[in-house]
Amino acid sequence: MPIIEAKDITKVYRLGDIDLHALRGVSLTIDRGEFVAIMGPSGSGKSTFMNILGCLDKPSNGEYILEDIDIGNLDRDKLAAIRNKKIGFVFQGFNLLPRTSAIENVELPLLYDGIPARERREKALEALNKVGLEGRGDHHPNQFSGGQQQRVAIARALVNNAPIILADEPTGNLDTKTSAEIMEIFVKLNTQSNITIILVTHENDIAAYSRRIIKFLDGKVVSDERTVKA
Amino acid sequence: MINIPSTLRISFRALRVNKMRSALTMLGIIIGVGAVIAMLAVGTGATKRIAEQISSMGSNLLIILPGATTAGGVRMGAGTQPTLSVADAEAIQRECPAVQDVAPVLNGVAQVIYGHQNWSTGVVGTTPSMLTVRDWPLAAGRPFTEQDVKSATKVCLLGQTVVDNLFGDMDPIGQFIRIKNLPFTVIGVLARKGQSAQGQDQDDTIYVPVTTAQKKLFGTSFPGMVRIIMVKAKSTEDLAPAEKQMNELLRQRHHIGQNQENDFTVRNLTQLMQTAEQSTKVMTLLLGAIASVSLLVGGIGIMNIMLVSVTERTREIGIRMAIGAKTWDIRLQFIIEALTLSLIGGIAGIILGISGSKIISALAGWSTIISPFSILLAFGFSGIVGIFFGFYPAYKASLLDPIEALRYE
Repeated sequence: MPIIEAKDITKVYRLGDIDLHALRGVSLTIDRGEFVAIMGPSGSGKSTFMNILGCLDKPSNGEYILEDIDIGNLDRDKLAAIRNKKIGFVFQGFNLLPRTSAIENVELPLLYDGIPARERREKALEALNKVGLEGRGDHHPNQFSGGQQQRVAIARALVNNAPIILADEPTGNLDTKTSAEIMEIFVKLNTQSNITIILVTHENDIAAYSRRIIKFLDGKVVSDERTVKA
Repeated sequence: MINIPSTLRISFRALRVNKMRSALTMLGIIIGVGAVIAMLAVGTGATKRIAEQISSMGSNLLIILPGATTAGGVRMGAGTQPTLSVADAEAIQRECPAVQDVAPVLNGVAQVIYGHQNWSTGVVGTTPSMLTVRDWPLAAGRPFTEQDVKSATKVCLLGQTVVDNLFGDMDPIGQFIRIKNLPFTVIGVLARKGQSAQGQDQDDTIYVPVTTAQKKLFGTSFPGMVRIIMVKAKSTEDLAPAEKQMNELLRQRHHIGQNQENDFTVRNLTQLMQTAEQSTKVMTLLLGAIASVSLLVGGIGIMNIMLVSVTERTREIGIRMAIGAKTWDIRLQFIIEALTLSLIGGIAGIILGISGSKIISALAGWSTIISPFSILLAFGFSGIVGIFFGFYPAYKASLLDPIEALRYE
């Protein structure tokens, strides 16, 4: 059952007099519970595609349907609501709010969903437990190592029970060992909670954790392979 | 959907992070609000003082002065030609319906002696109605009566200043004092009245029956002569009719022909004072307006800082948008932040304004009155300033593109 359907998506940026074709017709479907790695050199359009998948940007042409909702017709606030409920973001630079405790960072999506304070706290604690940060909720991001910060970010992505996690080079700033730990968390979330995970990466080692690898080049999908794995 | 307590907490945290900056931004509002409150307090104090002076003078008061003499073509000014008499006063009382009470006055300065104390003061010959005309109650004793006036008895009422100077702490009632070496019985003491609008000590006075003043103290150039006549109209609305009625009556009594000038002048002191009151009110308004300019400048300071803050926190805004903050979530966050700045500034400004006006009172000796209205006004105004000047930065923040904002370093 497809959770994401992209049909012939194009994205054109106007830079002065030049039209920059970031995406030149991308069509693909991703089913619920898949673990997908998106690869490609910089400028291949994979970031643009991720922004569209994340409802941060709209396609110039084509259709993007997420859980039967046509994203192309939604306004700013509706898109914000979709991002809030359907998508958890994990970024390369963690993107936690500074001077804000871990638990408050994790609570943030619930805050914008209008969840009452007590419930927010409970859910945030639960999410922190899932990423192995029990009892560390009061620490601030600058008291954490990079790997721990990324765990907080993952907890934030999880907390609103989003069916999809979009991870943009989540291990780009981490050493190999920590990268492996973070990837294990993604694998666990994928297999145990059936969360659809879409991750952008340069590295083959990281892509190897996925079960499907989509390669981009010059704004097009050039290969889409399912890797046989458990 | 918008969570006010959490948004408040976010705002407080953001303000705490830049303590110095927040404090300096607030300073603009603090000074503005403080200035508005202090200026209004000074203005209201002045207005109140004038109102008090009006009521201390006696309300709805008209004063009839005799006309000007002309000596060899030189006009000598109001009061130089004695034309008024007790009979005029009685006629006014009888025939002018708009008049409530009339008191003729023949006054002069005399040396007053009690024991080995002496004091020079104004002695006022008048009738019992003087006390109602001037709204002046007695502090002790009894007023003199019509009978005292008829028989020109040597009784007197003393003002507080005279009592203080002659008697000190002693009770003057029933004692004899000498005015121009004539013995007078003190039968009453006037209540303390304080300074007049012109700064004269109104309590430095002695009241005696008008006939006694005429016959025994000051003498007259014609029988029944008085220097001025004080008139109390029935109400403020009756001031103008009373003035007209008295004009007609006195012209007739003084046989003044159609084209001749009056040999008396009617002065409406209440009106004069009300004009003064009006002008201090305008002054108050002006002071308040000038002070609110600084409040406005404070508001611009808030806008400035909020714009800086939005730029600095572009990335934070991007993160919030990515995880689901809607347009108004972002706007409210910044508006509440601006509002917090301006309201905290407002509260501190109120404290500054109150203590400032107390200091002005103490140093300059002006009476200042802090009205709850001015506090409410200043506080409300600072809130409006916060929302108004916070809105544009908040609006700008809410229009950021989340992708751009997330990339911002």
